[in-house]
Amino acid sequence: MFVEFFLLLRARKIPVALTEWLTLTEALSRGMALSSLSAFYSLARATLVKSEAYFDQYDQAFQEAFQGVETPAEIHDEVWKWLEDGAHLSGLTESERAALEAGFAGLDLAELRRLFEERLREQEEAHHGGSHWIGTGGRSPFGHSGFHPGGLRIGGESMGRSAVKVAAERRYRGYRTDAAVGVRQLETALRRLRQLSSKNEGPLDELDLDGTINKTADHAGALSLVWRRPRRNQTRVLLLMDAGGSMHAHIGACNRLFTAVDRATHLKDLRRYYFHNCVYDDLYLDATCHPRNSIPTARVLQELSPDYKVVIVGDASMAPSELLEPNGIIWWSASNDEPGIEWLRRINRHFHRVVWLNPVSERSWESIYGRDTIAIVRSIFPMFELTVDGFTAAVRNLMVRR
Amino acid sequence: MTAYTGTHDYIASAELMQTVNVAVALARPLLIKGEPGTGKTMLAQSIAAGLGMSLLVWNVKSTSKAQDGLYVYDTVQRLYDSQFGDGDVSDISRYIKFGPLGRAFSSEERVVLLIDEIDKADLEFPNDLLWELDQMEFTVAETGETVRAARRPVVIITSNAEKELPDAFLRRCIFHYIEFPGDELMRRIVKVHHPDLEMRLLDQAMETFYWLREVPGIQKKPSTSELIDWLQALVIGGISPEEIAKRLPFLGVVLKKDKDVEAAAFAVRHPGAIRPLPRL
Repeated sequence: MFVEFFLLLRARKIPVALTEWLTLTEALSRGMALSSLSAFYSLARATLVKSEAYFDQYDQAFQEAFQGVETPAEIHDEVWKWLEDGAHLSGLTESERAALEAGFAGLDLAELRRLFEERLREQEEAHHGGSHWIGTGGRSPFGHSGFHPGGLRIGGESMGRSAVKVAAERRYRGYRTDAAVGVRQLETALRRLRQLSSKNEGPLDELDLDGTINKTADHAGALSLVWRRPRRNQTRVLLLMDAGGSMHAHIGACNRLFTAVDRATHLKDLRRYYFHNCVYDDLYLDATCHPRNSIPTARVLQELSPDYKVVIVGDASMAPSELLEPNGIIWWSASNDEPGIEWLRRINRHFHRVVWLNPVSERSWESIYGRDTIAIVRSIFPMFELTVDGFTAAVRNLMVRR
Repeated sequence: MTAYTGTHDYIASAELMQTVNVAVALARPLLIKGEPGTGKTMLAQSIAAGLGMSLLVWNVKSTSKAQDGLYVYDTVQRLYDSQFGDGDVSDISRYIKFGPLGRAFSSEERVVLLIDEIDKADLEFPNDLLWELDQMEFTVAETGETVRAARRPVVIITSNAEKELPDAFLRRCIFHYIEFPGDELMRRIVKVHHPDLEMRLLDQAMETFYWLREVPGIQKKPSTSELIDWLQALVIGGISPEEIAKRLPFLGVVLKKDKDVEAAAFAVRHPGAIRPLPRL
C-alpha cells in the first residue's frame, strides 16, 4: 500500500527504512488515519520522517504523490541531455584567447542571464564547438568545457577557470580515499593540537589506584577511595574545505590532510563543512556541494563557540567578483546578498584563531591566476601552504593564546 | 484506555494530540524535538495527567550512562557494610537500586516515563538503551533477576537537537517537532497563564517579542516561557504599552546573553536589515 509514496520519499533522500514503513502500515491497519488526508499526512510524517531537516522534502514528495503536481525543473531536461554528450575543447592559441577576452569580458551578470534565456528559446538542437549557441567545447558564452572568461557555465568540468555563474549538475568526487604517504607526518603535526583540561575541570570519575592504596593503608585498612579528574583534550576544530573545480588539481594533498584529520581521535570535537570557492550563506555537508545538503553559515557561527580552532583549506583563487560582490556565488540558483568577503570577515571576527591552508605552493602566490583574491584573503587570515612544514607552522599558530 | 486530548493548562495542536495517541497505541517511544522553551517537558506532564497515569522523570546529564537508568549496584556501600557489620551483606539485592527505567518496568500499573534532553549525554547513550526499550525487560547481572514490564510504559523522549541522534535509535521512535507557536496559538497559551491581561499591552508585547526573534545576531532566540515571564514582569511593574516600545523594559527576562542585549539595542537604534520596532 502506498509503495510509490515510499519510493518517492527515498528518491528525495529522506532516510526512510522498511521498519518505519511497516510501522505506518500497522498504524493504518488499526484505523488510525481514517478521517482525512491531512491526518494521513501527519501520521506518515510522524512515523517516517525523524528530523525536521527533511520536512520540506517530505512536503514536496507528498504533493507529488497525492496531487499530481510536478516540481518544476529550472533548466529544461533536454538541455542537460545535449550537454552530456560533448566534445572537449582543443587548444586555443594565445591570440584567440586574447581576442575572446577582449570581446566578451564586458558582459555583466544580468546581461549574461538575459542573453542566456534568449538563446535557450532560440536554440532548436544540440550544438558543439561553435561560438554562438549553447553547447560544449566552444567559445560561446554559454555551455561547458569551453573557454570563455566571462561566460555562464552549465554542467561539466571547468577547463577555463573563469566561469562566472554555474547552473549545473555537480559531479565532484568526495575526498575520502586513504593515502598512506605523508599522512603520518600530518598526523604528528595534528597531535600538537592539544590543550589539556586543567586539574579543576571535569568530573571526578577516575579511580586513583595508588592514592586509594596509600590512603587505605594510612587508615589502618579501612577502605578509603580516592578519585581524580582525568585530563582530557579540550581542543575543538572546525574544518572548512573548498570543493570547487580548481581544487581538483590538489586532490592528493587534500586527501592526505583528510585522512590525517580522520585519524585524529584525540580532539574533543571536529566539525567539517565544505564550500565552493568562497564561503557564502550556506555551508555544505559533503563535497558534492548540493544545496539540499547544506546548513546556513549563520547557524554554524551561532552553534560553535569562539574557542574552536578553524582551519580553512582552499586555493583562494577565484574571479574577484565571486569574492567581492553580492551575488558573486557561482551557482545559478543560489544568491547571496552579502559579498563572500563579508562572510570571511565574519568568521574571522567570531573565532579566536583561524588559519588558511593553501595547497598551491607559496612561491606561486604572487604570480598565479587568482593572485588578487589570494592577496585579499591573506590580508584577513594567516595563510600557510599545505605541506608538512606549512601545516606544522599553521598548527603552531593555532595553539598560540590570543 | 482514554485518548489524549490535551489538558486545561497545556495547549496542544491537533497534530500533536494525534501523534501522542498514535505513539501510545503502537507502543513506540515518542521523540519530541523543538527549540528550548517550547514546552517539551510540560507536554509529558500534560500527557500523564491527561491519560491518568503517574509520571517518572529521568533527567539525563552529560555524565549519564544508560546503565544508570536501569539499575545501580552500590559496591562502595557493600564494602563499608562488610567492614562495620551491618545486616546481611551476602544478599546482593539490598544493594541494587533501580533507576527510572527500572522503576518504570517494575511498576504494577502503567506509567509515563520521560527521558528528558537525551541529546545531552554521550553519543552512544541512545543506542545503549535500544534493546531495553524494544523488549521492555532487562536482567540484573549480579542477582540473575529479570525485570519485565507487565504493562508497557509510555516512553516520551525530548531532545534539544544539540547533537545528532543515532539512526538505529530514530527508527524505533515516533517523531514530533514542536514548532514555535504562531500568533494565534501563542495568544491561547498566554491566556492559560495570564487570563486577565489588557489587550493593548498583550498586543504590543507580542509584536515586540516576535520582532526580537527576528533581530540578526541573536544567539538564543527568546521562547514561549520567556514571553510568559516577561508579561508577568510587565504586569507587576505596571508598564504601559507605549513604554514597551520606547525603552524595552525588563529585557533581561527575555534575552539571556549580553551579546543578544547589545544586538537588540543596536537594532532599535539602527533598523537597517529588518523592519523597525513596531509601535501600536
